[in-house]
Amino acid sequence: MSKILVIAEHLDGKLNSSTARAVSAAVAVKAESIDVLVLGDSIDAVAADAARIEGVSKVLTVARAENAHPLAAVLAPQIAKAANGYSHVFAPSTTFGKDVAPRVAALLGVAQVSDVMSVESSHTFKRPIYAGNAIVTVEANADHAVVATIRTASWPAANSGANSAPIEALSLDVTLPTHTRFVELKQGSSDRPDLQSASKVVSGGRGVGSKENFDIIYKFADKIGAAVGASRAAVDAGYVPNEMQVGQTGKIIAPELYMAIGISGAIQHLTGIKDAGTIVAINKDGEAPIFEIADIGLVGDLFKLIPELERAMG
Amino acid sequence: MKILVGYKRVVDYNVRIQVKPDGSGVVTDGVKLSANPFDDIALEEALRLREKGVAEEVVVVGIGPADLTAHLRNGLAMGANRAIHVVTSDAVQPLTAARVFLKLIEKEQPGLFIVGKQAIDDDANQTGQMLAALWDRPQATFAGKVEIADGKATVTREVDAGLETIEVELPAVITTDLRLNEPRFIKLPDIMKAKAKPIDSIDFASLGVEAHDHLKTTHYAPPVKRGKGVMVKDAAELVAALKQKGLL
Repeated sequence: MSKILVIAEHLDGKLNSSTARAVSAAVAVKAESIDVLVLGDSIDAVAADAARIEGVSKVLTVARAENAHPLAAVLAPQIAKAANGYSHVFAPSTTFGKDVAPRVAALLGVAQVSDVMSVESSHTFKRPIYAGNAIVTVEANADHAVVATIRTASWPAANSGANSAPIEALSLDVTLPTHTRFVELKQGSSDRPDLQSASKVVSGGRGVGSKENFDIIYKFADKIGAAVGASRAAVDAGYVPNEMQVGQTGKIIAPELYMAIGISGAIQHLTGIKDAGTIVAINKDGEAPIFEIADIGLVGDLFKLIPELERAMG
Repeated sequence: MKILVGYKRVVDYNVRIQVKPDGSGVVTDGVKLSANPFDDIALEEALRLREKGVAEEVVVVGIGPADLTAHLRNGLAMGANRAIHVVTSDAVQPLTAARVFLKLIEKEQPGLFIVGKQAIDDDANQTGQMLAALWDRPQATFAGKVEIADGKATVTREVDAGLETIEVELPAVITTDLRLNEPRFIKLPDIMKAKAKPIDSIDFASLGVEAHDHLKTTHYAPPVKRGKGVMVKDAAELVAALKQKGLL
């Protein structure tokens, strides 16, 4: 039977919803137990949040000053040690999970399954390759632990609230490296919904034309309660910060509604939105590739159409 | 300081990949191959560090079949001093690649190993991290900015929350993100000069690397196609369609 260890992702004392999505994938394995590992310096609130997620058997905590920031070189040896006795180690496929999980896998001497989008059996998974243009079925060796990252856009967040899993402090005898030090984190300041968990996302591309023009996208997003994303072209042109990039090399999202405005739809961008419920494209070029995957398309000038949309909504 | 650059050859990023009808793989015969875009960025960064006087030598390292030599020549034409080609006709997974690179590191003793954050064929995003773990050295992944001084690298990383800066002692592994730099174009005279630069060929088997691949790919499938969409003629029609779906 499978025993799964899920690595929690958290920031500023809050559990990231990617953790509950990784728990959903663990549930799909039909595991005997699902434990969540929380590493940090002050972790009580995060551990309490993790304990409420449905399906979680136990929350294990490692509170150390060295764990104040998620440095892969510091966390990986602790996770590798904690993984003893588990058949699976799951981490969300966010920049956090992508950074730390392969380091854990290498310490354990095992391969890693990246971006699990479905669980076929305890050791068989589906994952995308070639920017999502092919889906492969991969089989991991059942003789040792499976390390995997879970593609957050493919999994709903497990419900939270009804559970109250026990919380246990774990003491690990691990010497931690001092060769890697945290300096600072510059967060994009935004009151809008989080891009990766929002049910609606409005994205702008090169067609928006400038940083100032992006206001029209923000305003429209606020009107419908959406998060704001962007294509690589808009990020590279300096219209918006990089953490807003949607696509193969940015964030992969699956909102109920995705509106691509002034985005032509390069393969690398489409990869990031393929799992969206409804895709709406607004572009002045009727031949743009984005219309090939859009559920609803509208050809025209975005600067004329967005105000019209706002008026039509009333 | 010497810098080693991981330099993978992949199907060109502009190619629309086709899955074979029998599910045995993707069509790669006659398909254009190019440098993995993130590895080009890695090489560019190494060359800039050499131009700044931080490094003396830049070595591109590749793992692949005999004809990979032509790809490595491109790296030499871009400006690398020399190349190391680990020859194998088998596909190599990230853990094996990391083990190979560690062997080269033990021999070459570089101050820095730079590689792309992911290869655009397998999209694994693992090799750099695995190498850092096996080497027992720091890693700075998703690098958007790199500064090197006093035996350490200060790296700004592109993470989901924004931009994180960390400091790592050298030697270390850095993996590159898209915005780190704009790789230079290869000029014709450089292609001629690259022909005279050395490429070391090493037989994979001679390295003594355990090539056991723990992941078995059993099936390839095309992604599920989305249903055909509809075009609306104006904003009012779009709003009506979204309201009907309960999205507004």
